[in-house]
Amino acid sequence: MKTIRIGSGAGYAGDRLEPSLELIEKGNLDYISYECLAERTIAIGQQAKLKDPDKGYNGLLEHRMEKALPLCWEKKVKLITNMGSANPQAAAKKCVEIARKHGLTGMKIACVTGDDMLPVIDKYMDTQVWETKEPLSKLPGEIVSANAYMGVEGILKALDAGADVVITGRVADPAIFMAPVIHEFGWALDDWDKLGKGTMMGHLLECGGQVTGGYFAEPGKKDVPGLGHLGFPIVEISEDGSFFVTKVPGAGGMVTKETCSEQIVYEIHDPENYLTPDVTADFKNVKFTEIEKDKVKVEGATGKPNTDTLKCSIGYKDCYIGDGEISYGGPGCLERAKLALDVLKERLELVAAGQFDEMKYDLIGCNSLYWNPDYRYNEPSEVRVRVAGRAKTKAVADLIPNEVEALYTNGPAGGCGAVKRTREIVSVASILVDRNDVKPEVEVFEV
Amino acid sequence: MKLWEIAHSRTGDKGNISNISLIAYKPEDYEMLKEKVTAEKVKEHFAGMVKGDVVRYELPNIQALNFVMYDALGGGVTRSLSVDMHGKGLSSYLLDMEI
Repeated sequence: MKTIRIGSGAGYAGDRLEPSLELIEKGNLDYISYECLAERTIAIGQQAKLKDPDKGYNGLLEHRMEKALPLCWEKKVKLITNMGSANPQAAAKKCVEIARKHGLTGMKIACVTGDDMLPVIDKYMDTQVWETKEPLSKLPGEIVSANAYMGVEGILKALDAGADVVITGRVADPAIFMAPVIHEFGWALDDWDKLGKGTMMGHLLECGGQVTGGYFAEPGKKDVPGLGHLGFPIVEISEDGSFFVTKVPGAGGMVTKETCSEQIVYEIHDPENYLTPDVTADFKNVKFTEIEKDKVKVEGATGKPNTDTLKCSIGYKDCYIGDGEISYGGPGCLERAKLALDVLKERLELVAAGQFDEMKYDLIGCNSLYWNPDYRYNEPSEVRVRVAGRAKTKAVADLIPNEVEALYTNGPAGGCGAVKRTREIVSVASILVDRNDVKPEVEVFEV
Repeated sequence: MKLWEIAHSRTGDKGNISNISLIAYKPEDYEMLKEKVTAEKVKEHFAGMVKGDVVRYELPNIQALNFVMYDALGGGVTRSLSVDMHGKGLSSYLLDMEI
């Protein structure tokens, strides 16, 4: 039976490059896919594109492609990525430029667009926003981006057109891994059982090292060999949708039932109904078998028909967050830190009463991660005070970090290491849009 | 006994919803987890952090439970005031639970 091998080149926008190069070189791959797009990334990309029409794609695109493109060409590995972010076309053109520089004559580089819903967003102003349960028109700030989650369709068109490199904007994460499988095996787009299996494969690969021992180690209980040179995963999949997960021999990390188990449940809700643009996948009866060291066979996924609607992420200008931190150490540090918080509360009330929409007062080392006031509150050897707050203007948000810093000369003894920052916050809200409004388009450039 | 002794866990986030897996190291401990670690117990354990419902799902072949916790992340990663905007540290807090 025909099989193909797909590698995961990245699990998030800023992921390490070296493991993906190791995979292209030594993984005997047919395809490598880089997943680089978090929920908010595209909204920030859209703002960059407004300032410069040639920008708005992943900031590490050039860094990655300089190394990956020549290597992929040499090893005959096709590359798929959502690094196009808010501007797949500009990203593709940049890749053409890089490929020309390296003399990769004949390489076909495609971009997939169609996820940008900003031009038609007005028709959805009465649509309910998931997070607020209010109509979209009631969002508190200006909408800066609207991107629908597309499925495999556009990537398939690009691969059918002979693309060696496919660059997309917003597509569902598993789609960049599943599309080549559908392309190679000619799976029908309503073969829900196979698409369920393909989605499980994509879900296991989409976070890169998170299935090969990354984000897993617990010394003494879950030890991971060679975490320092952690390798990224490979899937070898057959025409019938059966597959195993593995890694390059010698690469750090491990592939076990446990690493696969943690990743399959990662960021899913109801395992019987994992909604994607391509299929409603069912992972409930997934089963892992270790067939040899670092090789795990995956079975038991299936699928049901997809839905008529697609999720669309809306980026909007929300607020400003100001935060500041300062540390206290040695005997009595916890009491000095508590005093610092009391002082800050009083001063912020004095300078801007009623102007903050929300505040958070933390003692890092005691209660910043878990809000339960009783949670193991012993005397630490050092503690870091942190105050964060939300405001409608930068000027008001700035008051918070400034007051924290002023504790140097105006607060308890021994305050040290103050830092301060204020950020403009672009938040993300979600609506459902009509599938028929989202039309993937493909453009192919030849080097 | 802490859950940490018999199970492992990972947290994921989607918007303001957190999901936490709880996976038994040994198949024989799975039934006990199912019995002791109910959605109600987890909701109680996360009092003050999780404002919405907690729903539990089961993946029997891999001895895993999945707790989906609504209104759990201070508005979600994009606007949370927390140090841990994703709530990624919540899995460690679940493993601190006594059974």
